[in-house]
Amino acid sequence: MLLTISGLTKSYSTAEGPIAVLKGIDLQLQAGETVALTGESGSGKSTLLHLVGGLDQPDAGRIIVNDRDIATLADAERALYRRHEVGLVFQQFNLIPSLDVAANIAFHARLAGRQEPEWERQLVEKLGLTALLNRYPEQLSGGQQQRVAIARSLAVRPPLILADEPTGNLDEATGDAVLDLMLSLSGEAGSALLLVTHSMRLAGKLDRQIMLRAGRIGG
Amino acid sequence: MKRVALWALLSHWRHRPLQFLTLLLGISLATALWSGVQAINAEARASYARAASVLEQGDLIQLLPQPGRQITVADYVSLRRAGWVVSPVIEGGYRFGEARIRLIGIDPLSMPREGRAFEISGGNDISSFMGAEGELVVSAATAAKLDGKTDIPLKIAAEVPNDAAFTDIAVADRLLQRNGSIDRIVVAPSQQLDVSDLQEAAPWAVLRSPSEKPDVAQLTDSFHLNLTAFGFLAFVVGLFIVYSTIGLSFEQRRSTFRTLRSLGVSLQSLIVLLMLELAVFGLVAGLLGVTIGYLLASTLLPGVAATLQGLYGASVSGSLALRPEWWGAGLAMALAGTACASAQNLWQVKQLPILSAAQPRAWAGLSARVLRAQVVCGLLLLVLSAVLAFAGTGLVVGFAVLGALLLGAALLLPPLMSGFLKLAESCAGGAVTQWFWADTRVQLPGLSLALMALLLALSANIGVGTMVSSFRLTFIGWLDQRLAAELYVTARDEDEAARLRQWLDGRHVTVLPIWSTEGQVLGRQVEIYGVADDATYRDHWPLIRGNQDVWDAIASGNSALVNEQFWRQGEVDIGQELELPGGWKVKVVGVYSDYGNPNGQVIVDVTALAQHYPDIPKLRYGLRAAPAVAADLQRQLMDEFGLPDGNVLDQASVKQRSREVFDQTFTVTGALNVLTLAVAGFAMFASLLTLSGRRLPQLAPVWAMGMRRRDLALLEVVRTLLLWSATFVAAIPLGLVLAWVLLSIINVEAFGWKLPMHVFPLDWLWLGLVALGAALLSVLLPVKRLATVHPADLLRIFANER
Repeated sequence: MLLTISGLTKSYSTAEGPIAVLKGIDLQLQAGETVALTGESGSGKSTLLHLVGGLDQPDAGRIIVNDRDIATLADAERALYRRHEVGLVFQQFNLIPSLDVAANIAFHARLAGRQEPEWERQLVEKLGLTALLNRYPEQLSGGQQQRVAIARSLAVRPPLILADEPTGNLDEATGDAVLDLMLSLSGEAGSALLLVTHSMRLAGKLDRQIMLRAGRIGG
Repeated sequence: MKRVALWALLSHWRHRPLQFLTLLLGISLATALWSGVQAINAEARASYARAASVLEQGDLIQLLPQPGRQITVADYVSLRRAGWVVSPVIEGGYRFGEARIRLIGIDPLSMPREGRAFEISGGNDISSFMGAEGELVVSAATAAKLDGKTDIPLKIAAEVPNDAAFTDIAVADRLLQRNGSIDRIVVAPSQQLDVSDLQEAAPWAVLRSPSEKPDVAQLTDSFHLNLTAFGFLAFVVGLFIVYSTIGLSFEQRRSTFRTLRSLGVSLQSLIVLLMLELAVFGLVAGLLGVTIGYLLASTLLPGVAATLQGLYGASVSGSLALRPEWWGAGLAMALAGTACASAQNLWQVKQLPILSAAQPRAWAGLSARVLRAQVVCGLLLLVLSAVLAFAGTGLVVGFAVLGALLLGAALLLPPLMSGFLKLAESCAGGAVTQWFWADTRVQLPGLSLALMALLLALSANIGVGTMVSSFRLTFIGWLDQRLAAELYVTARDEDEAARLRQWLDGRHVTVLPIWSTEGQVLGRQVEIYGVADDATYRDHWPLIRGNQDVWDAIASGNSALVNEQFWRQGEVDIGQELELPGGWKVKVVGVYSDYGNPNGQVIVDVTALAQHYPDIPKLRYGLRAAPAVAADLQRQLMDEFGLPDGNVLDQASVKQRSREVFDQTFTVTGALNVLTLAVAGFAMFASLLTLSGRRLPQLAPVWAMGMRRRDLALLEVVRTLLLWSATFVAAIPLGLVLAWVLLSIINVEAFGWKLPMHVFPLDWLWLGLVALGAALLSVLLPVKRLATVHPADLLRIFANER
């Protein structure tokens, strides 16, 4: 099992008092599996993704990735976990504005010390980014930026890709095309995919769908 | 409606108190340094005007001799006979023992009431003033100084400035050995004749109207221009902070501007409201700045007063008066500065369409086009500076050279840095290194103004420091040459001087008289010194032009040396014949350096000097003795003649005193240097702090991919140190060129002497360390923020509903 989540809770403190976002999540994900995480706004989808990505820490519960509980890792160890085992794709793309497309794509893989130029070339080609390699993020459209973000996350061949509404900023046709490419390439990379989306239609393209309702898995 | 709109605009500052504080401090600091310098200048000029009014009868029309001519008693008499109500004046420096006094001889009977510095009310007053014994009318402080040093009775008058004495014209003529030569003629304001005919009646004279600046004001113009230039540099550096902060606040409020416009606030109203907001900020910060400036000026004024006294003999009050016009000017400067710093942003608001999308990073848009324009402008300014340096003349041109040089170099800094960072990025091996260089380049637009300010401040420090240190080194070398005698002794009167000469005779001591007088040469008041024919002068005197043969010529009694100041005025050259007072003609055979002396000076043989001017004071002597016996001789002199400490000085004491005067001279410059650097440091801090608020979206993705916050914070420190270091390296050549301009152009125009340039790499190292320390301080708070940023803040960057 690549990912095993058990009894995961998370709350945020606000002026009105603490708000429980996740109320005991249990979830499993096999290597290479693709799972869609759906639910209404505020149901805790992104929070769950952030916790699995090692970007945040839970209040309680376990997140076992490759037999290691990342909920108990120190800051430096979580940084190494993000560097080597996770690929992140966000709705806002979050490319590095100071680097051109080529450098953005290679960045994560170089950081992890496992750059594969041939694999990068294939990704660039399949994602249609060949002509854009020397451009900077601010010179790209939303769809182009998202394809760069996908290439970046796949270039490192992570065991687990976490994607938070990767098509949320794109029109339907572009969104479909981007997701198809993502599924096909993550399969080639051998990565599992945990994808947050509002769209049941897109969720249907993945192996499994899990719905979150008010911080609990509801379907 | 407008009130509501203004409230909406002002709400921005409520949420960004640090940005608000930075803006106010920027305007305040810029205004403080500028108005502080102006306060010093205003106080000094007021002192000159007061002194001119009292000592030079500056409120009245005066007749001065045409260059190369003297006013004689016959000239004066002819005017009186023609019906003009005029009064003669003689003036000059006179030494009573070790006390040097400005002596002004007037005729109390003909001097108009408006020209009298003190009251002569009755017959007794007049008879004692004009009596055979004479009288010196002085201030209480001068009276204390002259106590026991003259037989002439002293009368105290509060109106007379220190170190000056009024006396009857006959007494002044005797003491100053003028033999009937008059320095100027004062014209009474009420005349039966038409004043416009005066020039015709006195074709041998130059008419000086009361509105013209006093001599000392003209003399010190260059000093005040120097201070003003420094104050302006600090003002510009401060404005960089204001420009940067206003630019950021406008960028952050773009959406507010659009919203207000779309809700019905007209463009004109929006701009008026923004101008109102800035004007209020400018006024508040200006008031604070003027207050700080006042405190600054109060602290620096005593030092400036000592400098002006030492350099120009100008007496300046050491305390600062509150002048409404100065407060007004300071506030106007604050408003003008704020207006300049915000003009571009206001223009952009005027051009902003209501519906266009926000341009991210537009405020810092250092596009390739802007960089190219900066390169072109910077190069043009450097070329202009070079052309002016080699083709122009005059002090104003000198400052234009400096201005073009500094501005040109500052404009070139961001493009040069951008190019360097691009090169470094392309050579980078690792992912983090490549990102570091690329990210630094992205930060450059936001930091470029602060870096430009830093470049100006650092190069000014290096330039002025090199100038001062070069000057100091030359000055100390020059002192060693000039002050070769082991002891300097001053007798209290001529009898004591005669006994002194007799006592020294046969004691294996070489006696070098230091005798001098003053007089008009080529229409200028110069000092005329006599020197003995002695190896001391042959071996040590700092000649700029002329060879060792000049001393034989001087000893012959018909040749003279002139000081550099007199020579550079362009009317004297080697081989030229000079006519000294009394018709004594000498040939100029050499030029010597004479730092720190504002006046022209001529050196002739001392025997010939005493022959031509037999009444000169013969009180001062340099004594050459074996160093081993000098201390003993000093003690014997004091025991034998009961001379006070100040009248027998050893070489080391004189040098020490001279060095102290020298160091005092540059106290103000040093203080302004440090303050300018501090303002530049604050500009950097302000820029980093404002940028740190925009850094999270740039850093969050890198953090998400596995970089620790601590490492990111460390890289921020490295980046800041790197940018400071690069700016410092760029400041070294710029500072050296600046020093060359100061030494070879500004000094020559302002003071009349040229100095060799020396470099002091250890001083740069010290400055570099100070700069690095300041860099660390400036980055401390922004980095602390970053290192301790909560993951929730970073996660917010990835949140979909932003």
